Amino acid sequence: MKARSLPFVTTLSFLCLWELICRLRDLPPFLLPAPSRIAGVLLSEAPLLLRHACVTTFEILLGIALSLAAALPLSVAMFFSPTLERSLSPLLIASQAIPVFAVAPLLVVWFGYGIGSKVVMAALIIFFPVTVTLLQGFKSCDPGLRTLFFVMGADFRRTMRFLYWPWALPYFFAGLRVAVSVAAIGAVIGEWVGSLEGLGFLMMQANARLRVDMVFACVMILSCIGLLLWSAVSFLEARCVRWVREPEKNRTNLL
Amino acid sequence: MLEIHNFTKRFNGRPVLFDFSLSLPRQSFTVLVGPSGCGKSTLFDLLMGVMPRDGGTLAFEGEEIPDLRTRAGYMAQKDLLLPWRSLLENALLPVAVKRTPSAADLAEARDLFRTLELSGFEKHYPWQVSGGMAQRCALARTILFHAPAALLDEPLSAVDAITRQSLRNLLLLLQSRFEKTILMTTHDVDDALFLADRIVILSRSPLSVKEEIHLTGTKPRNPAAHDLFLLKTRILNSLQETTS
Repeated sequence: MKARSLPFVTTLSFLCLWELICRLRDLPPFLLPAPSRIAGVLLSEAPLLLRHACVTTFEILLGIALSLAAALPLSVAMFFSPTLERSLSPLLIASQAIPVFAVAPLLVVWFGYGIGSKVVMAALIIFFPVTVTLLQGFKSCDPGLRTLFFVMGADFRRTMRFLYWPWALPYFFAGLRVAVSVAAIGAVIGEWVGSLEGLGFLMMQANARLRVDMVFACVMILSCIGLLLWSAVSFLEARCVRWVREPEKNRTNLL
Repeated sequence: MLEIHNFTKRFNGRPVLFDFSLSLPRQSFTVLVGPSGCGKSTLFDLLMGVMPRDGGTLAFEGEEIPDLRTRAGYMAQKDLLLPWRSLLENALLPVAVKRTPSAADLAEARDLFRTLELSGFEKHYPWQVSGGMAQRCALARTILFHAPAALLDEPLSAVDAITRQSLRNLLLLLQSRFEKTILMTTHDVDDALFLADRIVILSRSPLSVKEEIHLTGTKPRNPAAHDLFLLKTRILNSLQETTS
């Protein structure tokens, strides 16, 4: 069996097992709908689901853009100034300790019921892993290379451009991959707390009417959005940091 | 002429270097040999200005300077090539960090690649070539610093015997054709005998010059020749005394 087909086989096996349990135990659809029923909802409600999925995807993408716009310059500034890093680190860590649910209502109050509060929520979730991994990437640079750039008389801007930034790219992509796969959590929580559109809103509506099949359909679409974003980042990474994967491509027997 | 005068450096109050002095005549090849941990790397760090010194002065061609930054090329044990840049781009890095390389810079780099037998590999990446080729590219980069001096920190210690022989010859080229004043550290006495105009045997705690040996005769030399073999024995004995 080809390695590429493995994820499909695993997913298909899982869905078959799920279907089998639902049919054998005769579970009611409001408790656990069978995958075939969820697939039916996905087809019959496709226009509605698509409209709300577009809203959520847009919120996630804007959240990613916003968090990158803040995380990139901040990590560079924190790397340049250890004093700034020492000052901001406790705040950054503390911000991660606050449950997203606790700040969601506040964000709705501050940014309204519209798209703003959801974008900020998604950005908050992405911001930390991207900032921390990028900073770690800058710091992990080979001391020999740092010496070489110093001796060449390169200033911080040039060293950043030629050395630190490319060096930290694999770290950045590792952080971004984790971030985009959890970005949906922020957007959906924002929609749960207060919104008039989006998959989170649709889930709340369906849940209130015991339409568990619709809730599952929304969850599946959210999973697909996460997978697509993850794949997009992996695709970009493969093109931008060839030097990490290419040398190891043929060394397939290593443990 | 490069003059190191009374260099002093302490770590936690303990002197690693104390009043260390050394003069390097223009276009000379000086090789430092000494036991591990004697402070050779610290001396290089002080010369490059990577760490501040506690005392001493440095003069180049009669002018007092804070460090050798931009006045010396640097080559280390590792090739230190950037894996995201091609070999040609890596060689041109000392130019690229200051300005956009011109057509003349490119032509010079290509000419250098021919000399170093790297022609045809300009667009290859470091991970696509052998360790010896990567080290030759690092040598090209050292030349393209366009600096009058070169600091070589054990540049031959991580390569195989055949690559080592070819690199030794190329290092001689660095001195003769490109007229660099070279300061090199090594653990291999054969390297020193093959390359040096002067071998400086170092002792540790603190770093000091134990003995200086001036070598004459045309290069490349054959370290297996009788007189050089005797010299090698003498240097090894001296190093053993230092270690014990």
